[in-house]
Order: sequence, then structure tokens, then C-alpha cells
Amino acid sequence: MRKLALSDEILLSIEKPARYIGNEVNMVKKDFNKVDIRFAMCFPDVYEIGMSHLGIQILYDMFNKRDDVYCERVYSPWLDLDKIMREQDIPLFALESQQPIKDFDFLGITIQYEMCYTNILQILDLSKIPLLAADRTEDDPIVIGGGPCAYNPEPLAPFFDLFYIGEGEMVYFELLDKYKENKANDGTRHTFLEMAAEIEGIYVPMFYDVTYHEDGTIRSFEPNHQNAKKIITKQLVMDISNTYYPDRPLVPFIKATQDRVVLEIQRGCIRGCRFCQAGSVYKPVRERDLDFLKEKAYNMLKNTGHEEISLSSLSSSDYSQLEGLINFLIDEFKGKGVNISLPSLRIDAFSLDVMSKVQDVRKSSLTFAPEAGSQRLRNVINKGLTEEVILNGAKLAFDGGWNRVKLYFMLGLPTETVSDMQGIALLSEKIAELYYQIPKDQRIGKVSVVASTSFFVPKPFTPFQWASMNTKEQFLSKAKIVNDKMKEMLNKKSLKYNWHEADVSVLEGLLARGDRRVADTILYAYRLGCIYDAWGESFDYDKWEQAIKATNIDMDFYITRERNTDEILPWDFIDVGVTKQFLKNEWKKAKKETVTPNCRMQCAGCGVAKFGGGVCFESKN
Amino acid sequence: MKVRIKFAKQGAMKFVGHLDIMRYFQKVMRRSDVDIAYSEGFSPHQKMSFAAPLGVGLTSRGEYFDIEVNSTESSKEMLRRMNETMVEGMEVIRYRLLPEDSKNAMSIVSEADYLVNFRKGKEPCSDLKNQFEQFMAQEQIEILKATKKSEVVVDIRPLIRSFEVRNDGIFLKLATGSENNLKPELVVDAFCEYLSVQRKPFDLLTERLELYGKNENGDPIPLEDFGVDLD
Repeated sequence: MRKLALSDEILLSIEKPARYIGNEVNMVKKDFNKVDIRFAMCFPDVYEIGMSHLGIQILYDMFNKRDDVYCERVYSPWLDLDKIMREQDIPLFALESQQPIKDFDFLGITIQYEMCYTNILQILDLSKIPLLAADRTEDDPIVIGGGPCAYNPEPLAPFFDLFYIGEGEMVYFELLDKYKENKANDGTRHTFLEMAAEIEGIYVPMFYDVTYHEDGTIRSFEPNHQNAKKIITKQLVMDISNTYYPDRPLVPFIKATQDRVVLEIQRGCIRGCRFCQAGSVYKPVRERDLDFLKEKAYNMLKNTGHEEISLSSLSSSDYSQLEGLINFLIDEFKGKGVNISLPSLRIDAFSLDVMSKVQDVRKSSLTFAPEAGSQRLRNVINKGLTEEVILNGAKLAFDGGWNRVKLYFMLGLPTETVSDMQGIALLSEKIAELYYQIPKDQRIGKVSVVASTSFFVPKPFTPFQWASMNTKEQFLSKAKIVNDKMKEMLNKKSLKYNWHEADVSVLEGLLARGDRRVADTILYAYRLGCIYDAWGESFDYDKWEQAIKATNIDMDFYITRERNTDEILPWDFIDVGVTKQFLKNEWKKAKKETVTPNCRMQCAGCGVAKFGGGVCFESKN
Repeated sequence: MKVRIKFAKQGAMKFVGHLDIMRYFQKVMRRSDVDIAYSEGFSPHQKMSFAAPLGVGLTSRGEYFDIEVNSTESSKEMLRRMNETMVEGMEVIRYRLLPEDSKNAMSIVSEADYLVNFRKGKEPCSDLKNQFEQFMAQEQIEILKATKKSEVVVDIRPLIRSFEVRNDGIFLKLATGSENNLKPELVVDAFCEYLSVQRKPFDLLTERLELYGKNENGDPIPLEDFGVDLD
């Protein structure tokens, strides 16, 4: 039996010890002495979150298909164990072999959200890997980052040896082959990084120099090494039905956030919501083949024993074979005690019909994401959802027996006015009134309309990447305007309004559009003790404020300042396919409240057609 | 058809709690195509009930749960299928058909066998065999038990049905179940109090060996003996 890295005494004195023992169903077992490459795959958050991430499941399966590679997993130790590991000087270990991360060839970290940045430093620190790439030696693993936040890697640049820009299925094997080649030639860490810099999609931050103007904006961003490319092109899978996807996903013992089989039906989105980074960087939309999905659904349910399957995509209703897929799942699995969960469906007659088949109408609620309170502002953000569509959907749903509605909005969007904010309350009220138009004897109790607002954070590679972001005070005063208006509504007893924390959003704004200088702030905050910033119980804004001050970060420069479209942005060296010219046009159209049709209605010429597939070529086959 | 399943929980699996073990076996049923019966209603659940929860940190060679199935293959085949999808440290060791009118395991559990060992360097005394026998020779062993409102004095001596200090540890047969329930931890607490020594933290390695239920004569027999193997 495997020997655990932690003693019984430690495991019995911390919360949920099963987070640290590995041994889950479908865990891959290999002899780590008999492989050429040991790869530690990390999600820098707690186990239950990390285990819910589809990307790691895909890469874990893909890497372990190679006999010469053993891919293991590591997550952030929770606060209780973090403390013990520091006190007792216990090195961070991988779940499979329970061996120290420090002994691995690679540490690959998926970077899914900005508020996990200090956890990345926690992982390196507990692993006893120098936090700065420049300080690492031949004894340290190569630290590589990927995932959505790698589209602006600059605030993390000094901490990583490499970044992988794009979808993991593409060039990892090439990278691993180069690593072996370099090892066989007795190459050094440095010679490997030189080789890696030549691979498409691989960014080696230390091979680039940045200079700044006096006003703080970037003067130049240039390679300082001959192998480093001037522009890094995002890598993406074009044939998404003939690629890696696990048949045997890992099944955790403890309940993970995503405790179900996840079927990714397509990648990308046809819609051009101007605030959405995922919509932009995963373009063009690529659908998976129906037969591929049926086979995967069957295999994954059989091999995991999960009692639920969920469809995953940015906008499932846009999947062209959705009806066929859902009917297959219902016919094949519903009778076998398998629940089918359908997130992100547009509310219409079809979706209400299938939802009434797969869930208990009285217990479930309907979700709309109008994102903005007025049609004017929805046009600005290019959210193609009209009030008429929302009210029709709600009417259909109320007739079908639903009486709970959730609405998602953002506050702080560009051009926003008081009447846009108040529109959130007015729309909520209209929905409630619609319910009370139903004759009393046909209603099932009261209606509940819950409106939630998050605070808008401008993201790289969106038309709003140049936009001014609100301050904490602005955000909170906007939330108050919405809240006050809610209280004026006739059906206020049926309405509920929630808003997010503003501190976290502001910090997210700094990290999302930050440059290399922000790395100092992250390091400083970590040194002050910041970790698990995404968690309310450990987020400490005072420490962050202290770090911002100590590292001379001007929040106005990074947060509230509207960027000039001629300015060199920290992420301009990455080519995601969508051109800067297209984003500039969209930014102009946004200010004029002009909408852009979705990819299936009319090509907007965003630039991703150069990848040669997906929706861009659907009608041309 | 009612079926009783006996399993062992070893090694690192001792850190997986009771509720998670229940979820684990629900998934085992699906992975190994056990034709388990489901309840009616909008969200049907498997008809499955566990005999007695095992605390985190304890291993076991004799855990039980009952299921209801619509159809079944032989015991041997069902064990093979389930063990094929098992993780290291978990093993199903019996799959036995129960008479239709059987009560479920949870309601009949009356006793459990444990093997208790002190970790090296954490023994409460040097002369363990003698001391423990003297401790057990008392007519009453009173402990303070915390209830919801206050603390009460309980005599646990009658709940220790038998014991033996063996080479491989202290064997204890303890009252278990809804009527009377005694955990080995409490016995060790009382023993240390008797010795007037402070208990060392994480001093025990405890394994549950078997669970018993009362048969129609009121005699405790291993839960597996209520059923028969299917050929």
C-alpha cells in the first residue's frame, strides 16, 4: 500500500483529510521511477474546487496516455494544513505518489481566475520552489501556466518559466518531447526554455523586456532572445470530435463542487457579448459530434458511477443538435436513476419542456441573465436578450408551474446611467406583475424574483479592455440606487436583491489588466499572508491595500483610467485570433449603442476565420 | 430481494468518512451494474442502508450494508464485479441473500468486535496486560458522559461484553447499536483515568473486526450469518 505523505496525527487533526490521500476511483497508477517525465498538474485552490475542473480531467487523461509520462495532481492545502506544513516544514506533495512536487520535471498550474494568484505562490512556496523563475536552478521543476488568465500573463510573468497560450490539447506533447530531447543532450534548464520558446503558443516571459513611458504606459515590449517570437499565437483544437476526452474521469470521495459527469458539448460561443472574455478568446465556436458525445456520456457514466450528468458550454442553446442530445440522455439514462442537469439554456418552449422532464418544477428556479437593466445598455454590451424575450419566457414558465426566477445583472458597465440601474428593479417588478396576472386559483403560491448584481470588471481581449472601471465607492453607491428602487416597487415583497463584494472586484480589476509591475504587489500581499483571496473567510483587503501602497501601484492608472486605443496593452503580444482592429470597432459601436449580430446570423469579420474551422466555415461546407 | 454486503476498509481509506463511504458505494452499484432497486418519486434514490457508522481514523474488516435488488447473479459473480471497480483499501467480502422478512442491519446491530492498539511510545503504562485485566476486574467502570443538557455518570462495564489482551492488541467486544453504544475510545478514556495518566493524543490504532446482530433467539451472531451465499 502507498505510504501517505502526511502522518495519521496530522490527517486526523485537519478538516476533510480525504483531500490529501489521493486513491480516488480512476486515479492513474504508475511507477514514477520508470517514466521519463513527471508532471504535476495543479489547480491552485482547494481540492473540491480543483477536482471539479474539466480541463485538468482532460489533460490528466491525455498526459497519462503516454507511457513515458506520469501526470499527477496537486491542489492548494486548505488553511489548516497550510499552517501545519509551514510549522513542521513539510514539503507539498502530489496526490498519486505522495512524493514532493520539488522532485517533478514539471509543475503545470491552471490559472482560472485572478483571485487565485496568491495561491500560486503558496503552491510554489510549500513545494520549496523559488517563487521567482530567475532564482530557480537545475533542481527545480519547470513551472508552466495555462488557462484563461494566461491571456494576460504579465502580472504573473516573474513567477513562471513558461506560459501556454491556448487549449491544452495542442502543443503539450511537442513540449514534452523537446524536454526529453534536451535531457538526452544533457541540456540545461536554460537550453530547454530556449527550445520551448520556438514552439507555437509557448511564451517564455524572461525572454522579453518591457519599457515604460513616463506616464506609466508601455513604451516597448520586445523579445531579448532570438528564439522568442514577437507575437504568440493562441493554440486551439479545430477538430473537437477527434481529440482527447476522458472515458474514466476521476471520482473524488468527498463531495466536489461538480460531483457529476461533465459533457462539454462545444467550445466557444457565437455571441459577441462585449464584456465576455471567454466568448472572445475561445472563438470560433466548435461543436462536438453528436455520436462522440453519446459515446462519451455512456462511458463516463459507466466508469464513474456518477448519478448526474451535466452539459457544459458557454451557451448550450446554441448547440445545433441539442434536442437530439437531450432526448438521447433522457431516453437512455433517466430510467436508471441518473439526473440530467441543463445549465445555461435559453428559456423557451423547448427548454421548458425538457426541464419539466428532468427536474422537479416546484423545486427549481429559472435563470435569466439580462446583464443590464435597460435595452439601451444591453445594446451597449451586445447582449442579444430583449425584454420581450425575457417576459415571454417568464410567462411560458409561469404557465408551466414555475414560480421562482433568478436574474443576473452587472453594475458599472460602460455608459451606465441611473435609469439603467433602476431598470434592474423595474424589470424584476414587471416579471412579478406578470405572475400575478395569472388567475389566483391557477397560481401556485407566491412568485419569487431574485435579482443579483456583480460588479463589472473589464477583461483583456474584449471590446471593453480599454474601458474605465468603477471604484469600490462607485460600485456600492450604484448597488444602493438599485436597492432603493427595489423598495419602491409594488411587489417588493416578492423581490429580493443581492450584490457582490466590491473589494474583490476592484482587486480582480487590477490583476486582470495589470502589467509586470503588478507582480511585486502580488508577491508583497503573499508575504503579508494573503492566500485564498477568492474565499470570504480569508480575503483580507487591508493587507492588499498595504501591498498596493508599498509597491507604489496607482489604482487610478489600472482601474479607473480609460485606455487610449493607441496604447500598447500588456497583452498585445498575444494573438487570440480576434483582431485589435475588430475590438476597436466594437468599442466604438458599443458607445453608439449599436449591436453586432451573432456569428450564425452574419460574420462580423472578427479575424478568427484564419484558424480555418468552426462556425466560420459551417455554411461553406 | 434483500442482500447483505460485507466489506473491509483498510489503509488510507480510514480517512474517508461514513457519509462519503455511503456515496462511494452508491457509485459502486452503478459502476458494477448491480440491479439495485430505487425508491419512487421525482428523485429516486437507491434502497441501501448501512449497519453502523465507522469513525474516521478506524479501519475495519467487518462493515455491512443492506441493499434491495430487482435481480442478481451469484454471490461470486457479484463480488467479482464489485471488486473490479473498487479502490485500493476497499474490498467487498460477502454478498448474501437475506430472507424476505429480514430486518435491516441497522436495526438489529447489538455488538461489535474491536482490536485496539496503542501506537509505539503512546502506551499509557508498561505492563499493559496486567493493568488492563485489573481495570476490567472492577465491578463497575463509571464514566462521565456528556448529554445535551448535562453530564451523567454511566457504568460502562456491562457494555464491555468480553475482552482479551492478545499479542496483536486488546480485543474488545462492545455493545453497539441504537440501544446501547460504546466506542473503544471511551474504554481507553476510562482505562487511562483508572491509571491516573493523561491520554496522549492520537494514541490509538483501532480496527473493527466484526458486527453482530441478535437472531430470533436473542443471541448475537455475525451479521453475515443472517444470509446465504447465492450459487
